[in-house]
Amino acid sequence: MRLILEKRPQASRLMYFSSPLLAIVLTVIVGGLIFAAMGQPPLRALYLYFIDPITNLWSIEEVLVKATPLILIGVGLAVTFRANVWNIGAEGQLTAGALMGSIIPILFTSWQSPLALFCMLVMGMIGGALLAAIPALLKVRFGVNEILTSLMLVYIVHLLLDWLVRGPWKDPFGYNFPKSIGFDDWHLLPTFGDGRVHLGLVIAIIIALILYWVMARTIKGFEVRVIGAAPRAGAFAGFSQAKMVWFCFLLSGGLAGLAGIIEVAGTIGQLQPNISPSYGFTAIIVAFLGRLNPIGVIFAGLLLAVSYIGGEGVQIELGMSDKTTQVFQGMLLFFILMCDTLIHYRLRFLKGNGGQL
Amino acid sequence: MIDYEAIMLTIITASTPLLLAAIGELVVERSGVLNLGLEGMMVMGAVAGFAMAQVTGSAWLGVLMAMFAGVAMSLLFAFLTQTLVTNQVATGLSITLLGLGLSGLIGSGFVGMPGVKLESVSIPVLSDLPYVGTLVFGQDPLVYISIILVIGVSYMLKRTRMGLIIRAVGQNHNSAHALGYSVIKVRYACIAFGGMTSGLAGAYLSLVYTPQWIENMTAGRGWIALALVVFSTWLPGRLAAGAYLFGGVWILGLYAQGMGVPIPSQLLSSLPYVATIIALILISTNRRLSVINTPASLGQGFVPDR
Amino acid sequence: MSNLTMAEKPNFESVSKPLLEVKSLTKKFGDFVANDAIDLVLEAGNIHALLGENGAGKSTLVKMIYGALQPTAGQIIWQGQIVTIENPAAARELGIGMVFQHFSLFEALTVTENISLALPPHLRTSDLEERIANLSQDYGLPLNPRALVVDLSVGERQRIEIVRCLLQEPRLLIMDEPTAVLTPQEAQALFTTLRRLADEGCAVLYISHRLEEVKQLCHDATILRLGEVVAQLDPQQETAGTLAQHMVGSSVHAVSRQDNNQAGDTLLQLTNLYQQADTPFGVDLVDLNLEVRSGEIVAIAGVAGNGQGELFSALSGEVTNQDAAAITIQGQACGHTPINGRRQLQAAFVPEERNGHSAIGDFSLTENILLSRHAVADDQTPLHQGWAGIKRAELAKVNAEVASKYDVRSASIDAEAGSLSGGNLQKFVVGRELDRQPKVLIINQPTWGVDAGAAALIRQALIDLSRQGSAILVISQDLDEIFELADRVAVISRGQLSSSYKASAISREEIGLLMSQEKSAPANEATAQGSS
Repeated sequence: MRLILEKRPQASRLMYFSSPLLAIVLTVIVGGLIFAAMGQPPLRALYLYFIDPITNLWSIEEVLVKATPLILIGVGLAVTFRANVWNIGAEGQLTAGALMGSIIPILFTSWQSPLALFCMLVMGMIGGALLAAIPALLKVRFGVNEILTSLMLVYIVHLLLDWLVRGPWKDPFGYNFPKSIGFDDWHLLPTFGDGRVHLGLVIAIIIALILYWVMARTIKGFEVRVIGAAPRAGAFAGFSQAKMVWFCFLLSGGLAGLAGIIEVAGTIGQLQPNISPSYGFTAIIVAFLGRLNPIGVIFAGLLLAVSYIGGEGVQIELGMSDKTTQVFQGMLLFFILMCDTLIHYRLRFLKGNGGQL
Repeated sequence: MIDYEAIMLTIITASTPLLLAAIGELVVERSGVLNLGLEGMMVMGAVAGFAMAQVTGSAWLGVLMAMFAGVAMSLLFAFLTQTLVTNQVATGLSITLLGLGLSGLIGSGFVGMPGVKLESVSIPVLSDLPYVGTLVFGQDPLVYISIILVIGVSYMLKRTRMGLIIRAVGQNHNSAHALGYSVIKVRYACIAFGGMTSGLAGAYLSLVYTPQWIENMTAGRGWIALALVVFSTWLPGRLAAGAYLFGGVWILGLYAQGMGVPIPSQLLSSLPYVATIIALILISTNRRLSVINTPASLGQGFVPDR
Repeated sequence: MSNLTMAEKPNFESVSKPLLEVKSLTKKFGDFVANDAIDLVLEAGNIHALLGENGAGKSTLVKMIYGALQPTAGQIIWQGQIVTIENPAAARELGIGMVFQHFSLFEALTVTENISLALPPHLRTSDLEERIANLSQDYGLPLNPRALVVDLSVGERQRIEIVRCLLQEPRLLIMDEPTAVLTPQEAQALFTTLRRLADEGCAVLYISHRLEEVKQLCHDATILRLGEVVAQLDPQQETAGTLAQHMVGSSVHAVSRQDNNQAGDTLLQLTNLYQQADTPFGVDLVDLNLEVRSGEIVAIAGVAGNGQGELFSALSGEVTNQDAAAITIQGQACGHTPINGRRQLQAAFVPEERNGHSAIGDFSLTENILLSRHAVADDQTPLHQGWAGIKRAELAKVNAEVASKYDVRSASIDAEAGSLSGGNLQKFVVGRELDRQPKVLIINQPTWGVDAGAAALIRQALIDLSRQGSAILVISQDLDEIFELADRVAVISRGQLSSSYKASAISREEIGLLMSQEKSAPANEATAQGSS
């Protein structure tokens, strides 16, 4: 028996929409098996993982809080991957945005005005975009592989954050803990009611909707899709590959930076060595699970946010490693890629090796 | 006085995992496949090797297990990218994410446990020679294996028919297919080889370099190994030189910290990553150098007609 | 494993059965029947033509004989025994060699390495280099065994393919459109080699759509249409016209063209155009000069790989030039101007490659309309507008117009471009540009790989456009096409352009000489032998 692919004459609409669902089902099944293999009751664990987080208001709020950065970064990456540009350093750009945006609340503590918050957000975007500009420049100017450079910068900027919160930006009255001063109220994002959900969620959804329109209906979105699908056709259409690399990196870097400052000013309230549980990498999964479509990314962001809360759930209730989350996320990306094959191909099993006579 | 032999020894120790992972990836890329899952395969090798050695008490069984884990991960990658023709970049990332998660899960019970160290070779008299004794005759076995692998791969690619076929498949899979070579089988084999050496690289970390299990203990070495392959312009000799250079940079940072150089430790820790970026820039300024060796179909999926 | 037992070759003399017999061979791809119960008989020592339009199923048939595809049903009988040819290696083991239209060569490997890859173990001896040198000398196919393929011309590359087959002393040699990439002189030299092989007892299966050539060379002919055998005949008894009729199924609509002696203003001019290749293995353009006037079609002939792609990029503005004055369109210097700026000067461009260059297979036809027309000012209504976005209704209108005017047939009006046949997609791509009534049109290989009907329609459309006062530059490797279309002809060779000649005043052989200028012996030998 051999498995072969047969190209479909037209891409399958049905598979386009059902492949993410299929991937989720496969992840749940294999996840259950892993739980069972680790001696945990699989159904109970799956319930805790996927259902429990959306059964009470507190955890739904947590899901929305975690979905915020995932959606923000995910939509930027969705556009970028569409163009066949590979920014996988969003985690670093998130950190850079958090650092840049925190200049105001840490160094200009006394500037207390709504404008300060706005400036923080803008600086966060600039920070992320600046870091993302490095791989873009190297790619355009020297042809250096952007995957490797954007990823190396993640390690570098993490060390920079580490140095800042243990050194110059350490809270002098913080009992020598490696963290900055807590942000002033003026420098925190407003929340809805007394809850944890903050303005960032609204910003994320508005940006996702705008990018949806851009991608689906405007010439810029067309340009992204053309260059991603066929670079030579892009040149024929008069679109510049180099400008596209810049556009993608500045956009996705800016949005990752925005997610960074929003996370710090909305959820954490100060700088510390760990500000993100790998949102920048998880957003890669969000982008693919969301079909590289900004609306899809909103739903995918919510699902992946559930996986974070669910991971905490099984950690607390069943005493499992917090790595469960990462395993589920990895599997999800793995299966979504696998199922996406079905959009363009049919699978057929051949007996023997296809010979005749 | 600086003990130059000790420094050389630590440099080799720091370089060997990079070299092991990169030499496999070099073969993979020569066959036209880009496997970004190196980090994931490596970290799985590290945890599997440690766990096996911990349970059985045998470092060598750990090494075997690590190779097995690396190959298993690489076959997942091969199934997706070769049989199902998925995007290689994204699939490699998923292998890395999966490997980092799975290794953490498997290793959660092993954190803080004492490890088993793979003992160095010791040859009476020779290993005790001054200056070069330990350096040449007293390394751990994996160092020798890594050097044998580099020489073997170099010979294989340049002089053997298998190497010719791998290069042909990497350059033009359509032509190779037209001549009757099974592009997908060749690539499966190369990917599995890459998985094996990545597993070895992981084993080196958890059984030699620091014989214990630490989460994410690969610390980006898989990515640096990928950069090394680009830096080497796909030539094994240059790859080895690059790996030792990088090991040197890594150790330079550690030594400077140890000797109390008044520079933030974070800056020194970032040296390997900065060096990687600089190396990539340097190599890219000389495009013609890499052109002949670059596998022309690198990263492209292949679907034969039937 | 019947193929292995067949490896021992019976004596040539003792074989009374045909060398190869194919009985009701059928190949289906999904629902599509590419070959429908094909019968074919090949005799040793004969050159047998396999004729048919693009898409008639010739390639499918020979790929099955060569083991690259497996038949869905039917039999292949080799020297009287039914065989299963599992892969090309098994075919070579039997004594079947094939020279592909698209060479299966590896650019960064040497000639010897390339040849070694296709040889069975017992032929990979240490003196391979020497044997290559000897054999290639012997057959008048000079080759340097140590050269890298990337440094060789297209003709030399074909020699590698032929030598690689000959080293295995084939009983049957399959040649897929071998002259498509050769100069007329090189083609004559090839025929000499093939005749000699046939005299030595080898059978040749010769695939072509060039009818003159088939009449000149072949002993028998099998004609395929839409996957079926429609005729088996003696080409010597036929005329090119009757052969064409068999191929197409009806008489081909001839392209009509009046000579145009009153060309108008110069609309496209190249003045000392230099352009460095942007890829390491590309061809540099050196000091090109040419003018194309209103109302005329100028053709640039040349063998593939002599700078045609680079010339197209330079003219279209996909690659801009250092020197603004090197290229003028409608009198405006536009060397610095990128492609859309040139389009705004009422120029239009059609590249050679349909898939991924002039069209995107995964995109719908309307989206493909937008590809070249999103920034063009001469449209009545813009096709998109800022944030308001793309005007789908307008696009659909243009698409419908192109489809009806240029007879683009697709499953649905807005199908994915990739689902169209080569001919229909080319009609779409050409129609998309002609629909704008451009004043200057630059088109690379207008009818490469399309069926005769589509080719005739496209050529007629080009002629009609020129007679309405547009200037057209056609880059083509097909001399038949050039003589059908062109008022003037120039030849590109190694990135240099000859002066232009009136098409009515230059012969194929003269063009052939210009094509192989600066090239060495074989072309000259061929000339010395003369041509019919």
